[in-house]
Amino acid sequence: MSRSPSPSAHLLRMALLFAAGLVVFLAVRALLVPQGFGRYGHYRPGAAEENRARPLHHAGEAACADCHGDVAEAKAPGPHAGVHCEACHGPLKVHADDPEAVKPALPAVPALCLRCHREDGAKPKGFPAVDGSHGGGEPCLGCHKPHDPRIS
Amino acid sequence: MKRNRREFLQHGGVLLLLTGASSLAWEHVAAGEPEAAPGYDETAHWWAMAIDIERCIGCGNCVRACKAENDVPLEPFYFRTWVERYAVPAGDPEHPAAESPNGGFDGFPPAAPGEGIKRFYVPKLCNHCAHSPCVQVCPVGATFETRDGLVLVDKNYCLGCRYCVQACPYGCRFIDPRTRTVDKCTLCAHRLAKGLTTACCEACPTGARRLGDLKDRKDPIHRFLAQRPVHVLKPHLATGAKVYYAGLDGSVR
Repeated sequence: MSRSPSPSAHLLRMALLFAAGLVVFLAVRALLVPQGFGRYGHYRPGAAEENRARPLHHAGEAACADCHGDVAEAKAPGPHAGVHCEACHGPLKVHADDPEAVKPALPAVPALCLRCHREDGAKPKGFPAVDGSHGGGEPCLGCHKPHDPRIS
Repeated sequence: MKRNRREFLQHGGVLLLLTGASSLAWEHVAAGEPEAAPGYDETAHWWAMAIDIERCIGCGNCVRACKAENDVPLEPFYFRTWVERYAVPAGDPEHPAAESPNGGFDGFPPAAPGEGIKRFYVPKLCNHCAHSPCVQVCPVGATFETRDGLVLVDKNYCLGCRYCVQACPYGCRFIDPRTRTVDKCTLCAHRLAKGLTTACCEACPTGARRLGDLKDRKDPIHRFLAQRPVHVLKPHLATGAKVYYAGLDGSVR
């Protein structure tokens, strides 16, 4: 003879179903949420590390001065003292890492100087800017040394 | 007896399910720490940038250096940093004309002549906002603010939904066409972790752009903030922007 089901059997079944669903949800979430997520904020800490692990292309002024101290000294008293080496010579981490293997090439001189010094109507007051009439058509290097461009 | 065995099996099965699932979950919850960049303590820095409009000459060195350092596509739509030239007519500061040919990558052509027009350059980049709208809207947590104050992007997690691109009031985010995820200025986090300055600051010939560490008492940015009248872009949006402009004209958007 079968017993009649207890009055709360259906509640127990529902509760067990929810519990099982919750467990499955937690298991799937544990699988899908990356490690460490939420440790410092709503993000994956590995992402900050990935951003920090990117390769460098600029060596930085200090790296150049290691070998080229004479140039650093020549630059220091002049108006280009604050111009870092790679501002004109381009990114040179490859050269700093292996100086013999990679020799940097300097871009064409009038174009290089004019990149900063060409008058265009918006330069700040007091900044030395020139137009086509400057120097009477002579090349820049005829009068100016790039590392210390003051005319002596 | 029959019912007892069925009950036993049912309860046993549920217990087994719980044990198996929870042991699987625990393995992942308790797994190892992410490796920190050796020697770099995030909590010791709070990065900001100081930009001096009175020194910017619009040479575009920063734009070129950034594209080289960070492998940014060279097309004229993708910039992590760019320079704008403003032309503000005298007596009409509400209607400035701003131009940015290829973001300033090739410098700027000579300006069309005009009387009484105030012209100047404004370099722009991600402001690494302390209360960043882009971080707020990301649906998955793919963009975030680190403990040293940088707003970075998790390229593995980004869906490419572009909500953050819309949300950024400074327009500094873009979709990298190669990965179809969001890219933006990271303040050269990979250089900061090694004690170097950002590529744009390295290349700037006049010192118009200067990286600053607000947590470092000896950093010159403190003097800059104290002695110059500094502004941030769009202060009415209260983003907590950390790029401080000195000499910024009121007409700059």
